[in-house]
Amino acid sequence: MAETKKPFIDRTWDFLCSLKLAIILVLLLALTSIIGTIILQNGSAADYIREYGQANYELFQKLQFIDMYHSTWFICILALFSVNLICCSIKNFPRVWKFVKEPTLIASSGIFKGSANRAEFRCKGSKQQVAEQISILLNKEFAKTTLTEKDEKLYLFAQKGIYSRFGAYITHLSILIIMAGAVIGNVWGYKAFVNIVEGDSVNQVRSRNGTGLIDLGFTVRCDDFDVSYYPNSNRPKDYNSDLVILEDGKEIVHKRIEVNDPLTYKGIKFYQSSYGSAGNAFFKVRVTENSTGETVELKAHQGKNVQLPGGYAFAVTNFTTSDRNFGPAMQLHVNTPDNKSGAPFVVWQNHPQLDVKRGGIFSFVLLGYDQPHYTGLQVAKDPGVNIVWAGCFLIVFGSLTAFFFSHKRIWVCLEDDGKKTKVLIAGNAHRNQPGFSLAFDDLQQQIEATATNESPKKEG
Amino acid sequence: MDSGQLFNLTTIAYFAAMVLFFAYIATKNDTVALVATLSSLAGFLIQTAALGLRWYESYQILGVDGRAPLTNLYESVVFFAWSILLIYLLMDWKYKQRTIGAFVLPIALFSMLWAQMSLHASIDPLVPALQSNWLTYHVITCFLGYAGFAVAFGVSIMYLLKIGKEEKHQGDGPMGGILGMFPPTKVLDDMNYKAIMIGFPLLTLGIVTGAAWAYYAWGTYWSWDPKETWSLIVWFLYAAFLHARFTRGWVGRRAAWLSVFGFAATLFCYLGVNLVLSGLHSYGSG
Repeated sequence: MAETKKPFIDRTWDFLCSLKLAIILVLLLALTSIIGTIILQNGSAADYIREYGQANYELFQKLQFIDMYHSTWFICILALFSVNLICCSIKNFPRVWKFVKEPTLIASSGIFKGSANRAEFRCKGSKQQVAEQISILLNKEFAKTTLTEKDEKLYLFAQKGIYSRFGAYITHLSILIIMAGAVIGNVWGYKAFVNIVEGDSVNQVRSRNGTGLIDLGFTVRCDDFDVSYYPNSNRPKDYNSDLVILEDGKEIVHKRIEVNDPLTYKGIKFYQSSYGSAGNAFFKVRVTENSTGETVELKAHQGKNVQLPGGYAFAVTNFTTSDRNFGPAMQLHVNTPDNKSGAPFVVWQNHPQLDVKRGGIFSFVLLGYDQPHYTGLQVAKDPGVNIVWAGCFLIVFGSLTAFFFSHKRIWVCLEDDGKKTKVLIAGNAHRNQPGFSLAFDDLQQQIEATATNESPKKEG
Repeated sequence: MDSGQLFNLTTIAYFAAMVLFFAYIATKNDTVALVATLSSLAGFLIQTAALGLRWYESYQILGVDGRAPLTNLYESVVFFAWSILLIYLLMDWKYKQRTIGAFVLPIALFSMLWAQMSLHASIDPLVPALQSNWLTYHVITCFLGYAGFAVAFGVSIMYLLKIGKEEKHQGDGPMGGILGMFPPTKVLDDMNYKAIMIGFPLLTLGIVTGAAWAYYAWGTYWSWDPKETWSLIVWFLYAAFLHARFTRGWVGRRAAWLSVFGFAATLFCYLGVNLVLSGLHSYGSG
């Protein structure tokens, strides 16, 4: 075989360029990717041992199935895939570039004989006249036409959509761009999370791959967190956090973030991702001293004593957002100055007049309550993301160009044939031949009509 | 008239169209084929109206929280059927191969039946993660892509049915019988390719819009979650299909099988991941 005689380097090069390798790699990537969708990724050792047993867990570790999309072998397949894309492009690009640099201005007789779309006719008039008429028509109906003279024959050439030859290369390039963006993001970026209790600030976030704390270089404060629910359900409708960025104690940026609307500062994005309650609820309570009618408004945390006039104190011991049908209610008791606890009693928020009737030294009104929350934020820095988006734009643009546009070319040859002129027409499209055939037939009829009429009628 | 009733009419129209397409293959009567095509077109138009009406209804029920009808399994399955009809009718208009309907309409009909008989049709408000315009772009592009693959699948089945008989067929005369009514295998092979050519860029766009949305919602455009990974697997399979056509050995039968596997992977990506595996898409937008 001739192939075995080729030097090793050439054979390696051919292999790396080959379409066969591309198809094998793509199918291999598809097949191996399934593993990570079946076996839990990045779980704890206990998860795997419970599900698959100790022996299998050790096997998974050896095969790097625990984090397979970042395993050495998977990265190797991706790397080989990139090499394949690059080599194949290097090999084939010059051929396509030739279409641009050296268009076939003069069609060989082979093109006129072998083309799927061709026509031949004779007409009156010199070949110069006919060539000019056809040029005008092609310029108007198809594309800019070039005239070349060779061996007493006149040749016309026009082409359209040459860029579509590059669609595949743009698509291939865009895959490499996306991979490059992903690598940049992985090396110079991070993914982290942080929980901030309302009112607190942080200047560090915790990395999600377990490498510890990351300094932000500035401070983030959460001023407020809110969650709202759909009516008559406990489905959250919205949750959002008021975030403030501080540098050197100065407030730089304020933003209310919500799910799908993050805050960006210095390339670091803060995403609303979760929330939870932080500590006990606190209550706004109005206390009236029944003997004097004097009132004070106080803030009380659950379980903490709050001082009242005359050495008394009270504490909220229990709370519910709905006490049967009466709405929010708190249970509390009053301590005497010698620190003896009184009997507990209940105050309902929706019935503020009720506690006066209890007839104690003080009467209480529950004005409102608040459950302090922490806001859960995903924090991400990804310097490669814009490269990825550029790649994504190109991959869509490239694949559309590659599939839906084609490089169409028309050649005409005119030669003297006695007193008449013989006209040969050929056309070629590198994709969607049936569609082009229809367009070619139409164009060819127009050319014939133009050339055979002494004074060509304008079509349409 | 509510959208549910219109969807019922749609199902009836698709059922009628399917039966008529079968009848066409059996009777070879062109009028039957025309009525079948008109019936699928009527079903498609009714379904379009129904989708619009359901969109409007979501505003009546949820007020300002109304949204495009693309947010739960029921709505996605219905939209899948609509997408299949859209791609099918475009292909029919272009190729005028009426028998294709007999192999594509059943997929749409089955989707409609499944959605209406066993899926939850209520219009519920959205969880915050789904409240995004990206949802609409993502779902529309993905499902039009899936629909391209569904049509390619139907055509491939026809190809595989016909090619076996054609290879055994003796003589120069045209094949008789039901398979003789099928388009020539060359045309089927070309239609398979064309349908995937429509589906592939749309799936690409679907994956890209999904990545963009994930980036705005979670801060990472790709996290190898099972749904994402399966969409990439589907993408790889059809990329292999498209490239395989450039080498001589992979047109015809192998291409048809690849298209069948591709559609199986598409269905697993769409339904299997939600029903079997778990991940970010577990709330079932598809």
